[in-house]
Amino acid sequence: MPQIITRRAGRRGPRRFSPRDLAVLGVLLGIPVLLEIGLVWGPTFASIGLSFTSWDGVGSIHWVGTRNYHDLFTNYPPFWRAARNNLLWLGFLGLIATPFGLLLAVLLDKNIRFSRFYQSTLYMPVVLSLAVVGFITQLVFSRDQGALNAVLANTDNPTDWLGDPSLNIWAILLAAAWRHTGYVMILFLAGLKSVDPALEEAAAIDGASEVQAFFRVVLPALRPVNVIVVVITVIEALRAFDIVYAVNHGRNGLELLSVLVTDNIIGEASRIGFGSAIAVVLLTISLGFIVTYLVQEMREERKP
Amino acid sequence: MAQSSFSGRPTVGEASGHRISRRSLLRGAAISAGAVTLPSLLAACGSGPSGDGKTVTLGSNASDAVPKTAFQSAFDAYQQQSGRTVKVNTVDHNTFQENINRYLQGSPDDVFMWFAGNRMQFFAEKGLLSDISDVWSGFKGFSDALKAQSTGHDGKQYFVPYYYYPWAVFHRKSLFQQHGYQPPKTFDQYTALARQMQKDGLTPIAFGDKDGWPAMGTFDYINLRANGYDFHASLMAGKESWTDPKVKHVFDLWRSLMPYHQKGANGRTWEEAGQSLQQRKTGMAVFGLPHPGTQFPEAEHADLDFFPFPEIDPAHGQDSVEAPIDGFLMSKKAKNKDAARNFLTYLATPAAEDSYLASDPNNVGVNSGASTAKYTELQKKSAVLVAGAQHISQYLDRDTRPDFASTVMIPALQTFINKPDDIDGLVNSIERQKKSIFAAAD
Repeated sequence: MPQIITRRAGRRGPRRFSPRDLAVLGVLLGIPVLLEIGLVWGPTFASIGLSFTSWDGVGSIHWVGTRNYHDLFTNYPPFWRAARNNLLWLGFLGLIATPFGLLLAVLLDKNIRFSRFYQSTLYMPVVLSLAVVGFITQLVFSRDQGALNAVLANTDNPTDWLGDPSLNIWAILLAAAWRHTGYVMILFLAGLKSVDPALEEAAAIDGASEVQAFFRVVLPALRPVNVIVVVITVIEALRAFDIVYAVNHGRNGLELLSVLVTDNIIGEASRIGFGSAIAVVLLTISLGFIVTYLVQEMREERKP
Repeated sequence: MAQSSFSGRPTVGEASGHRISRRSLLRGAAISAGAVTLPSLLAACGSGPSGDGKTVTLGSNASDAVPKTAFQSAFDAYQQQSGRTVKVNTVDHNTFQENINRYLQGSPDDVFMWFAGNRMQFFAEKGLLSDISDVWSGFKGFSDALKAQSTGHDGKQYFVPYYYYPWAVFHRKSLFQQHGYQPPKTFDQYTALARQMQKDGLTPIAFGDKDGWPAMGTFDYINLRANGYDFHASLMAGKESWTDPKVKHVFDLWRSLMPYHQKGANGRTWEEAGQSLQQRKTGMAVFGLPHPGTQFPEAEHADLDFFPFPEIDPAHGQDSVEAPIDGFLMSKKAKNKDAARNFLTYLATPAAEDSYLASDPNNVGVNSGASTAKYTELQKKSAVLVAGAQHISQYLDRDTRPDFASTVMIPALQTFINKPDDIDGLVNSIERQKKSIFAAAD
């Protein structure tokens, strides 16, 4: 019976759209498509186009071919530092902060005492904007007036956590991870609550150790959450900006691609073509992740 | 007003009364979206300043409380005197700077606040400013150095200078008295003084460059003293090579002073450096006039003093002073040019500067006729310093292309502070980047 109904409904389908419905549908689909083209694709292609030009924002636009890219790769010291820092950011969040958040989620899921208290404490940094986190970072890590050097009591030759270009990125990553861990923890905690305890019990009866049960049974069951966490980690790493900007405008060891784009484009006599070239590099890196993700997703869908 | 006659409210009420169908919801959304955008469109059309000859609009970047009040008192005096109205649009200082390109190409105010030097000349060259040579020729009390700073590359005047603040080496009087220090005249004496301070347990030179620009003051002064103003000007204009031995000499001299600078400058703000001066931990610091004062409590302002940056090459002596000038420009698109000219003429008078400086002790009036009666000791000393200067330089980030200053020089100077020993590598890197940036201008 149900099959017949569906088939009938299917046959009746096309006739349900009156011209008016089609018009409404056209508008409803058309507006988002136009918005998508106007707000996403338009600026994207404009950036790519501008990256082959030289323009100061006031005068005429000159075509310069690939000169911006040549300058960027061979003649702009902050660029490689920024690219390295973005990758470090991704690695640090992905390999340290995210697993640590997962660990905390698993521990808190065990219904230990004061679990609520730990949850809210660890989640608190997430509600702070990264600019505020940057400000807190300075209170802690400042060389002369920071809390950390005061606690370590090394006043004679204090460590310059934020000024030493080989150290400061780690201080900042620590602060960024502080926030990221709480975020990831809450996501996994919500996911863990929804995993059927029967799965773990069944694994235990089959003789799996707790670790095995977690990695072979629970973690795969968390797949939707895992995907979200990976996406969030990648986004956070690529769009990182505010925290370094609050600390020292993203200079002297704290360069990031997003900061270089801003530095070159905002302000007077801007190098809009050059800044666009940096933006295109950032776009290419993002596309790498997006394409990988989409390919994965489509493969999953094709499986029965 | 448009909102009341064309409100989205009845539709929303209707929708909530019935079962909400998708269409009525959409209709409601569309109408209320119209209600939101329409009034703003109407407002955008209606509020343009009318060219009635009575109103001058002024774009102000003086968003801090002290200068904002000080400017207002100057404008009030003008409104009373002329019967015209000055409509001030104040924008946050940094936002104003970051949006200046779009501002000038969009619908700028008649008159706006800006800086002298290359940063003004750039816009003059792009045809975004109105030539005011005709009224400028009538201005009195401005020195030739000021005229040069108000003139574009085409030889016409665009800028009405208003006030400036000189850079110098600041210190506490009481600290110098306590240890019997004398203000040094030459670079050798300066180094000797620094060495003596170190022996006395002080950090000789307070130094913070986290914001990137404060170190430019020291670079400029060593360059001005060692190579003279003309070399500074043509180096900033991109005409000299940064690999020139003269530039290397500047970095060499600076490196010889580095052991006496506060360590870890790239992690320290200039405010923190100023506080160390106030706390007597450091002996002296290269600052602009407004900077150290803000880090000193009111009662200790009188203890603050400065000496001009010491002489390096006797051929140049101390003939240049770094004194960034702020002032006013008229935009090309000004709607009310006659009123704007009249207003600019007023702003060039000593009286206009007096009414501003009565409320702002951190700057000095440019007009030689401006009254010094109400000046603090430091302001008086500053006025004397600049009046005796043969050349006034603006500051590295005002004398050269802004993109070169911010994307090349800030990272370069911070690299130098981290690794003062690799001067060759540093100047080569600056020169390569300079070539690419200045070539882009053609």
